[in-house]
Amino acid sequence: MEKEIALELRHITKTFGSVVANKDVDLTLYKGEILAILGENGSGKTTLMNMISGIYTPDDGQIFVNGEEAFINSPKDAFTYRIGMIHQHFKLVDVFSAAENIVLGVKDGTKFNMRDYTKRITEITEKYGFRIDLQKKIHEMSVSEKQTVEILKVLYRGADILILDEPTAVLTPQETSKLFDVLRKMREDGKSIIIITHKMHEVMSISDRVAIIRRGEHIATVETAKTDENALTEMMVGKKVSLNIHRSEPENPVDRLIVSGLSAKNSEGVPVLDNVSFTARSGEILGIAGIAGSGQRELLEAIAGLYRLDGGDITYNDPASGKAENLRDKTPIQIRDLGVRLSFVPEDRLGMGLVGNMDIIDNMMLRSYKSGKSAFLDRKPSRELSDRLVTGLEVVTPSITTPVRKLSGGNVQKILVGREISSSPTVLMAAYPVRGLDINSSYTIYNLLNKQKESGVAVIFVGEDLDVLVELCDRIIVINGGRDRGRQAHDKGRNRTADDEG
Amino acid sequence: MKKENAITRFIKEPPFHFVKRGEVTKKHAILVRVCAIAAALVLSALIIVILTGKNPFAVYGQFFIGNFGTPRRIWRLLQGMAILLGLALAVTPAFKMKFWNCGAEGQALMGGLVGAIMMYNLGASMPLPLFLILTFIVCALAGAVWAVIPAIFKAKWNTNETLFTLMLNYIAIRLVSFFVMWVSTDGSAVLPPMDSCAMPALFGQSYLFNILLVTILTAALYIYLKYSKHGYEISVVGESENTARYIGINVKSVIIRTMLVSGAICGIVGFLLVVSTDHTINANTVGGQGFTAIMVSWLAKFNPLYMILTSFLLIFLKNGASQISTAYRIDSSISDIVTAIILFFIIGCEFFIQFKIQFRHREKKGENK
Repeated sequence: MEKEIALELRHITKTFGSVVANKDVDLTLYKGEILAILGENGSGKTTLMNMISGIYTPDDGQIFVNGEEAFINSPKDAFTYRIGMIHQHFKLVDVFSAAENIVLGVKDGTKFNMRDYTKRITEITEKYGFRIDLQKKIHEMSVSEKQTVEILKVLYRGADILILDEPTAVLTPQETSKLFDVLRKMREDGKSIIIITHKMHEVMSISDRVAIIRRGEHIATVETAKTDENALTEMMVGKKVSLNIHRSEPENPVDRLIVSGLSAKNSEGVPVLDNVSFTARSGEILGIAGIAGSGQRELLEAIAGLYRLDGGDITYNDPASGKAENLRDKTPIQIRDLGVRLSFVPEDRLGMGLVGNMDIIDNMMLRSYKSGKSAFLDRKPSRELSDRLVTGLEVVTPSITTPVRKLSGGNVQKILVGREISSSPTVLMAAYPVRGLDINSSYTIYNLLNKQKESGVAVIFVGEDLDVLVELCDRIIVINGGRDRGRQAHDKGRNRTADDEG
Repeated sequence: MKKENAITRFIKEPPFHFVKRGEVTKKHAILVRVCAIAAALVLSALIIVILTGKNPFAVYGQFFIGNFGTPRRIWRLLQGMAILLGLALAVTPAFKMKFWNCGAEGQALMGGLVGAIMMYNLGASMPLPLFLILTFIVCALAGAVWAVIPAIFKAKWNTNETLFTLMLNYIAIRLVSFFVMWVSTDGSAVLPPMDSCAMPALFGQSYLFNILLVTILTAALYIYLKYSKHGYEISVVGESENTARYIGINVKSVIIRTMLVSGAICGIVGFLLVVSTDHTINANTVGGQGFTAIMVSWLAKFNPLYMILTSFLLIFLKNGASQISTAYRIDSSISDIVTAIILFFIIGCEFFIQFKIQFRHREKKGENK
């Protein structure tokens, strides 16, 4: 059967100043197919999608929808062409209900009648198998529910072409498989779907074809069934990449950080940590597994002196003096003054770990600016460190005086991890260090963590991808609802499966 | 499907769209600003001709005559700049920290009030140099105290600093009125100048001290914000309080410390206004410049060196405008219109520094195929 073309891009080019985001991109989307777009961070996938959905206008090239040339000047125009995009960052009104958000801004000439609207939304949810409470307010919703609202918003506006920008980055594996079920139903219904994702196994499981974008250029579009993960990675990165994480045996591990019975409540008085205990040993990577939002953030912040604890102890064994220090109820400054070299890569990179509007040099200084007695800053060491990191970690940046918010996700993370490692820590905590990163950057980060481990650092790694946790970590604890629910020591044969931690 | 195409046929390609520029060079930015001012002058000229029938070039000439016509006018321009710049410097550290200090007016007035009280009560009791140094210090302190009150409330109870500082302005104004009523024995509610204990004119120029002091303050604040550890902490707290916490900055103490600096500079400006310039005080001594200063600071993107330019611009327009209404005996609204047009273009051109217009070349593409 000859497939009908839903959307076609011809010679699309987009530049931002001197930066070429997309260059001469051709892309074809058929009716009733799921097309995955694969590319490293900053390769121009999102820019390309934004042009289809009317946020940007291409500098050159043409877009055809159902065989006719389309001029998409705004997201509203995009809906006229029945194109809808679900962005990485949700655009919802927090105090409105799901149904209100879905109908917001739709002018269909009918009188405002919430019951009619709700009926129409319910038809859609039943058709595709969404499970959602339409009366629930957005601010009461989980990330996955919010995403469902975004998808419904697009469907309600009658979109036949759906673009999803990294929809699975914020979802648990269970939520992801539910989403994929819905997407498959839409495909059966004849809708065309473009999905951006970094996760290879998702590409393999959901897509019909894969388009690979590298440095703004369209490299190839291949049929998923006729390719494999290694071939895709090679096309995406431009060179062969080993997809195995090397894991060496820990060398005479010593108990470095002993956490016992940590309990804490959040500002509303709800317990977020409930009697959590573990030991991080030097020369080991301790994995913390669990659904996002189960208290991981609070746990790491509590250790770093940023979250108030109601109970428990944090004992640090100083390798230099051999003394044991209790870190509980100490501020970050007090912890540092004790000589504890604790590094922390927080989950919120630009909101906590770095300052987006400052350049790389000033961000390097965040940890060290106070050193020395002078009232003035000494930017020289941090300039040298910036140069070293940019070269050593292959950070892609116009210069070290570029504000970090202008860098792509992977490069931002390299800067942050690089800075935290540069202070030669004895304990290194990393929260979701590869979230949103492409394969190449992810492996750079894994290697950095491994190097730290081999040099005797006690590494604590909070992750969500169980396969990675199992491959990378020497021991894993599982946290659920603020409680640690079990632990696994790694066997030498490395034969644990993800189900064990389930 | 047919219906759909009917709808889409109406969406035509627009003749142009805006594109964000990548790296913006200094040269380019200056060029755009110069063009903006030129365009503003052309538009204003048209309006002047249409509304008054006067020769626009002569009217523009009055702008220069009003500012540079006589040495006295030049001194007045520099004095106006010094006071406005001083207040803009004062609000800058707070604004960089995203602490919206709208109380420069009141803080400067409190500095001036304490200066006036000192002159009234202690002026004759000690040698003049000692008296001036002491007064300078207590004026700065008074401004600092007036600024630190909202800062403490913000740090402890997270109150809204905008409202708090605005309210304190009114209290300061009332306190000044009260003081003047209290001390003016003749019931005129005017405090006669106390010249005997005022700051003497340097080299015969009564404004020179103010100008020199604000110049030093400008350089000092530039260095403080850009090269000191305090300045760095202000930037981090302003950009992200979470990051500040994460690296162990005590956010509350930074807020309080920065507002002390901000208020102290206001207090110093109060000293310049009362002890060095007017030798008296009234409720209108600062005259709303505490608010204009916010615009000076913001237009200069919180860079003290650029503030010299923005304060010059505003004072130049103000003095020129008043000269126009005097010289032509026309209503001051015309000069207000001209001032507004120029400001509008200068602020509006920032958009064209960040973005460029891109035209589509359909025909060209057709040939290529």
